[in-house]
Amino acid sequence: MAKEFDIPVLPTYLEIPELKEGIMDGEGPFKSAQEFQKPLGFPGEKIDNWQQVAIDKMGELKSKYRSVQVFLDSCVKCGACTDKCHYFLGSSDPKNMPVARQDLFRSVYRRHFTFAGKYFPKLVGAKELDDDMLDDWYNYFHQCSQCRRCSVFCPYGIDTAEISMAAREVLDAVGIGQKYCNQILGKALTIGNNLGLPEPALRDTLLDLEEEIEEETGVAIKYPLDQKGAEILLITPSADFFAEPHIDGLIGYGKVFHQDGVSWTLSSYASEGANFGMFIGSYDIMRKAALRIRKAALDLEVSRVMVGECGHAWRVAYSFWNTLSGVGAGATDEFGQKLQDQLDHRYPQPQHIIEYTHDLIQRGKLTFDKSANDDRTVTFHDSCNVARATNMGGIPGGQFILPRDVIKAVCNNYVDMERSTIKESTFCCGGGGGLLTDDLMEIRTKGAIPRMQALKAVERDNGVNTLTAICAICKSQFSKVLPKFDFDPYMIVSVHQLVSEAIIMDKPQTDTDDATSAETAET
Amino acid sequence: MGVFNSSTIEFESNMSVISIFFTALFYISLIVFLVGMARKIYQFWITPAPLKIPTAPTSLTQTGVVMRMMREVALFESLFKSNKWIWLFGWLFHAGLLLVLIRHMRYFWPGDLPEIFLLTQPFKYAAFAMVLGLFGLMLRRIFVERIRYISAPSDYLMLIMLLIIGISGAVMTFTSNHTDVIMVKEFASGLVSFNWANLPTEVHFLVHIFLVFVLMAIFPISKLLHVPGIFFSPTRNQVDDARSKRHISSWALKQEQEHATRLEQALGKDE
Ligand code: SF4
Ligand code: SF4
Repeated sequence: MAKEFDIPVLPTYLEIPELKEGIMDGEGPFKSAQEFQKPLGFPGEKIDNWQQVAIDKMGELKSKYRSVQVFLDSCVKCGACTDKCHYFLGSSDPKNMPVARQDLFRSVYRRHFTFAGKYFPKLVGAKELDDDMLDDWYNYFHQCSQCRRCSVFCPYGIDTAEISMAAREVLDAVGIGQKYCNQILGKALTIGNNLGLPEPALRDTLLDLEEEIEEETGVAIKYPLDQKGAEILLITPSADFFAEPHIDGLIGYGKVFHQDGVSWTLSSYASEGANFGMFIGSYDIMRKAALRIRKAALDLEVSRVMVGECGHAWRVAYSFWNTLSGVGAGATDEFGQKLQDQLDHRYPQPQHIIEYTHDLIQRGKLTFDKSANDDRTVTFHDSCNVARATNMGGIPGGQFILPRDVIKAVCNNYVDMERSTIKESTFCCGGGGGLLTDDLMEIRTKGAIPRMQALKAVERDNGVNTLTAICAICKSQFSKVLPKFDFDPYMIVSVHQLVSEAIIMDKPQTDTDDATSAETAET
Repeated sequence: MGVFNSSTIEFESNMSVISIFFTALFYISLIVFLVGMARKIYQFWITPAPLKIPTAPTSLTQTGVVMRMMREVALFESLFKSNKWIWLFGWLFHAGLLLVLIRHMRYFWPGDLPEIFLLTQPFKYAAFAMVLGLFGLMLRRIFVERIRYISAPSDYLMLIMLLIIGISGAVMTFTSNHTDVIMVKEFASGLVSFNWANLPTEVHFLVHIFLVFVLMAIFPISKLLHVPGIFFSPTRNQVDDARSKRHISSWALKQEQEHATRLEQALGKDE
C-alpha cells in the first residue's frame, strides 16, 4: 500500500537539500499482473532466470540504442546534474539525483560489460544485479518522470530518461511491470484509448458535449466522430473527453475549428493521443500505438493530422511519428511515401493544436474579447516533453513562444514564473512519465515542490490565480497536488479554455449548415 | 646515444633497463589506447540512434548542430548553465591541459619545431591553471556531499593521477629540479622516430611519464570516454527536423519490413 507521508511545507526559496539516504526507499508502484503483462508480450510474473535475461536484455538495448551505450560510458561524475531533478529537490533522497539514478543501471553495466568492472569492481563502483538492486531499479526508475531536465544541464547531454526507459524495458522483460502503465496500454491497444471508452460511449459523450455547448453559447458546435473525408483528424488525450479541466480545452478546440470553418473529425479507433509505450521504453509497443493513428488517418482519408494538448503525445507525434508510422514528411521509403501522398504538405504534419490556433490568430481569422479573462492573472507551465523534446512553428524556441503568444492574444494579464523554472529549464509537474497513479502520491507530491514554489512566488508577487498547461498529465497532476500546497485546485486550466472563454463566435463563412443553426439560435 | 647506432643490437645494449622499460611501456600503452579507442568509437558509430531525441535548446539545422557542438566542446556551454564552480574548475583544467599538451609537442617533434608552435611558448603557466582546476574539482568531490555520494574510488584516483602529473610537470618547469631537456627530447622524439634513446632518471620525471602512459592505456576503459562520447551524444548531435525528414534506424527498418514484431503475434496483425 502507498504509505502515509506528511505534506511538505513549501520553502520560500528553493534550496538544495541535504541528503537523506533511504528516505524514498520502498516497493515502488503497484506491480502489474499476468492479465496486463501477457497481452503486451511480457512474462506474467518475475521469471526464474531473471538475472540472465536481464543482463542479456541490457546487452541488447545498448546495442540498439546509441543513447544508452554512450551515456553509460561517458558520465564523469562531475555532479552538475545532482541538483537538477525535482524528485531529488523535493525528496532529498540521493538516489533521485540523476547521476545516482543512472548509476543504479550503470553499476550493473560496468560489472557485466566493462573490463574495469569485471576485474576491479570495487574500484569503479561496479555492482551485481541482485534482488536488492532489482528492487532499487523498480522503485527508483519509477521515481523518474523522464522529464529530461537533467539532460539540459549535463555537459554531455546525458539523458536519464533514456536510462530509465531502458531499465523499465529490462524490468518488463523479466516480468516485473508497472500496473498503471501496462494496464492502460492494454486498453489503448485494444479499445483505442487509455480510458477504455468504446465507440458508443465516446459518441454519447460527444453528443452530450455538443448539446451542452449549444445550450450555453447558442452555437451548434460539432464534435464529429469517424467522419470520413474530413480535412483534419484530431488526436487528443482521452482525458479531454471526460475530466475537468481537460474538457474545457476540448470545448476550446471545437470553437476554433468552428470559427475556421474547417472540417475535422475524431476517430473512435484511435481516440488516444497519449502513448504510454514511450514511458515503458518499448519501441515496439510505442509503434503499435502509433500505427492505430496511421490506420485511422488512412481510413478516414484525412489530409491533416493534428494533436491536442498533451505533452508526451506531442513528443511522440513530433519527434517519433515520422519514424514509427510515417505521419510526417520527407519519406524515402515506399510505405512512408504512400501515406504521405495523402497528407497536405502545405501544413506541418503532424501539427499541434497550438500551432493551428496561433496561425489562425496571426492571419486574423479569430477575434477575441480579452476582457472575458480579466478576472485572471495567468502564468504558463511549460510541460517537459513539449519544452525539451519538441518544437512548434519551425522557429527556434517556438515551443515556448507559440503557447505564450496564444495566451497573450486571449487575456490581458500574463506573468512568467522565474526563468530557471520555465522553458528548457522547466520543472516537471511531478506526475509525468507514467507516475500519474495514486500509489505514487508521495513522490508525486514531493516532486511537485519546485514547481509549486515557483508558482507561490508569482502568486505572492504578481497575484497569479491561473495556471495554464498544454498537457493532460500536468493538468491532472496539478488538480491533485495544488490543494496540498494551499492553492485553488481549479486554478489549473487548458490554454484552449482561455481561448474558449475569449473567442467571439460569429457566423462561419463557409459552412451553410452552421449558418442556419446560428440563425435559428437568433430567433 | 650509442656510438654504433647504425646497428640495432649495439644500440639497445647502450640503453639502460629503465629506459627499455619505459620505451616498452610507451608502445604498449599507445597500442592499448589506439586499439581501445578505435573499438570504442566503432561501437559508438555502429550503434544506431533509432529515435530523434535532441534536447532543447535544439538546432533546426545541421549548421546549428555543428555550432552547438563547438560551443559544448570549447566552452562547456551546458556545464556553464548548470554549475558555475564546476564549470570554472573543469574549464581551467581542460584549457590548461590542452595548452600543456601542445607545448609538449616540442619534445616529440624530431628536429626543430615548426614556428607555429612557438605561439604557445607564452602559455608556460597553463600548468598552473590545470593544477588549480584539478584542485578545485578534488575539493568539490571531497566536500560537496552530493558529489561525494556519487564518487567511486576510481573518480578520486583519476584526479590524483592527473594532479601528480600536473604537479610533477610544474616542478620540472618552475623549480630548480629541471630535468635534462635535451635528453627528454631525444627520448621522446626517439619514440616517434623509432630511434630509441635513454631517458633522464630523476624520480619526478619518471613518475610523470609513468602516469601519463598509464592514463593513456586506461583511456578507452574509463570515464575518459567522455571525450569521444560528447560527439556521439544524440541529445546534442541531432538536428531537430523530425517532422520534415524521416529518421529510421537499420534495425527498425528491418523489423518494419518483416512485419513480424512480437507484438503483432500477441495482439493480432495490423488490420
Ligand atoms: S552532469 Fe552528466 S556527466 Fe556530470 S554527473 Fe551528471 S550525468 Fe554525469
Ligand atoms: S529525467 Fe527528470 S525525473 Fe528523471 S532523473 Fe532527470 S530530472 Fe529527474
